[in-house]
Amino acid sequence: MRQAEHDPSPLAMLETMMLIRAYEEAVAGIAAGGTAPGTCTSVGQEAAAVGVLRALARRDQILTNHRSAGHLLARGADPGRLIAEVLGKRTGYCKGKSGSLHISAAELGVVLTSTIVGGELSLATGVALSRTMKPGDDGVVATFFGDGAACEGVFHESLNLAAMWSLPILYVCENNQWQAFVHRRETMPVEHVRTWAAAHGIEAHTVDGNDVEVVHAAASAAVARIRATRKPVFLEALTYRTRGHYEPDDQAYVDPAELAAWRARDPIELLAQRLRADGRLDDAGFARISLRTHAAIDEAVAFAKASPFPELSELVTDVYA
Amino acid sequence: MSVITVNEAISQALAEEMRRDPAVLMFGEGVATKRANLVAEFGAARVRNTPLAEGIIAGTAVGAAATGLRPIVDLLFAPFLCFAMDEIVNSAGKLRYLSGGQFKFPMVVMAMSGAGWTVGAQHNHNLEAWFVHSPGLKVVMPSSAADFKGLLKAAIRDDNPVLFFMDLALGYQAGEVPAGEVLVPLGRAATLREGRDVSLISYAKTVHHCVAAAETLAARGISAEVIDLRSLKPLDEAAILASARKTGRVVVVHEASRLCGVGAEIAAFVGEHAFGALKAPVRRLTGPDAPAPASWPLEQAFVPQADAIAAAALELVAARRSAGPSPRPSTEGAVSMQA
Ligand SMILES: Cc1ncc(C[n+]2csc(CCOP(=O)(O)OP(=O)(O)O)c2C)c(N)n1
Repeated sequence: MRQAEHDPSPLAMLETMMLIRAYEEAVAGIAAGGTAPGTCTSVGQEAAAVGVLRALARRDQILTNHRSAGHLLARGADPGRLIAEVLGKRTGYCKGKSGSLHISAAELGVVLTSTIVGGELSLATGVALSRTMKPGDDGVVATFFGDGAACEGVFHESLNLAAMWSLPILYVCENNQWQAFVHRRETMPVEHVRTWAAAHGIEAHTVDGNDVEVVHAAASAAVARIRATRKPVFLEALTYRTRGHYEPDDQAYVDPAELAAWRARDPIELLAQRLRADGRLDDAGFARISLRTHAAIDEAVAFAKASPFPELSELVTDVYA
Repeated sequence: MSVITVNEAISQALAEEMRRDPAVLMFGEGVATKRANLVAEFGAARVRNTPLAEGIIAGTAVGAAATGLRPIVDLLFAPFLCFAMDEIVNSAGKLRYLSGGQFKFPMVVMAMSGAGWTVGAQHNHNLEAWFVHSPGLKVVMPSSAADFKGLLKAAIRDDNPVLFFMDLALGYQAGEVPAGEVLVPLGRAATLREGRDVSLISYAKTVHHCVAAAETLAARGISAEVIDLRSLKPLDEAAILASARKTGRVVVVHEASRLCGVGAEIAAFVGEHAFGALKAPVRRLTGPDAPAPASWPLEQAFVPQADAIAAAALELVAARRSAGPSPRPSTEGAVSMQA
């Protein structure tokens, strides 16, 4: 399925969120069978990924982290090649060498992905520096990370340098309340990471990260400002990781009331309800999207499973340039 | 004697040492969540979750160790140690010396590594040799439940910073652990199997591959000695030399890469001190000079397996018997095995 990855209409954004959900649930299912260990799903966070990616242009670049499938799919990645990568197959975006945790795809402008928490924050400044050295370039570098990453020293180093050197970075903090198995309340005295970003003199906003239209509007405004000013902007999307840290995870450490409260604000449901309420979507329309996205993922899984593993000679290729 | 897993052995060691000494405390990302039993017994002050920040976790341990506490920090996966290198290498390893011996740093840094989870090189990188190379630090990497327990307890009691590496393939492996106090001194290797013809020297998961290789070799009439180093610093040089002199043939096996790895030190040391006893060159079987891949077959090919170890040992033995061409040089991973 070719998706219109630059179509910012609510229906198109709904479809991409549903594609991401179907993808993550398929991967979680494979993981439950024991063949895709360690995968970190983005279930519950689809609006943050789609809202931001839809606000970017093709010439913009992104950096992401261990929880990257939403960003990649919203950017137009082929779910078959993604699942192939998760399964360590030769047809994956990184020839099976990455697995799920560090998938980059230069062809999509997904330049560097690090599963070292905060890793992408240390790299985004360099990617943005490259852009500032190109005369007339108005490109934006968006970097995705969690609230946990904001606790690493490199977060502060990155923001400070970006502010001082005037680097065109959109910092996207998906504050999903969790840092692996620890709630952010246990590790941060402030409610919002925005407070820390603002302290570095960076324009910083916190938005409802489960409302894709809100995220899209805020990200569009931020991108426009970065293009115009070549200065960094920080955007915090408040959201929730509704599955475990990685697959499988029984979530025994999660407060069921908190989980239920966030589930009631599921980003897909939220948008679908709004579209239904004003007549832009009906049950049949929703079912059609659901069928399309699930069919695309079924096809992707079949492709990935049928793909070969890499040759053993690949063990030592790509080490040096 | 009871049979417990490596994870249970670690858990017992932590609880026993915290019970024994109120100065022992433990912290790290998710430590209190994962080790609720320790929180229940010792309280939230001694078992803490931390923010996601390896540098400050390690640095806090160094400062606390210098001033009377005995911290244990869990930095999860060995590659994350890179965010804590300054604190471990420049502070824990050097500030005793640089202060003219005024301070000591009784602390343990725990980290997992090794093939087995197919999560790729930012979680799986056997970095132990980096720390062996750094003065002031001790390094252990056990292979059995009993040694995990005994060495962790000894590491907690040691007055020096100890890097405690856990091969992640071994966590659920069960083994016999003696009842009562189990203490394994740092710096002492274990001879798991006596042999006459060849010494297989290893640590962590590849010890088990050596034991399997020794069984294959026995079936072919070759008597292999298997030495589990357990500690990489201090290194049990006496045990290595005794075995090399006895068999005259040494195969060193580890998952970490060959260049400047622990095997390089052992080969050089045996060459310097037991040259006259050697009947063949020392062989090294190691992981390749490549980041660890996620893909399962590649991840397995990264690790020296039992058949390759047995083949290397056979070559060393055959080389002398036939006085033919000298055995192949040291190899890394499956690819160069085929080359
Ligand atoms: C430097 C480093 N420390 C620890 C980890 C283990 N780890 C992986 S993800 C994660 C939690 C990250 O939390 P956050 O940044 O909020 O992102 P989220 O997982 O919630 O998307 C942890 C502790 C890691 N990969 N890298």
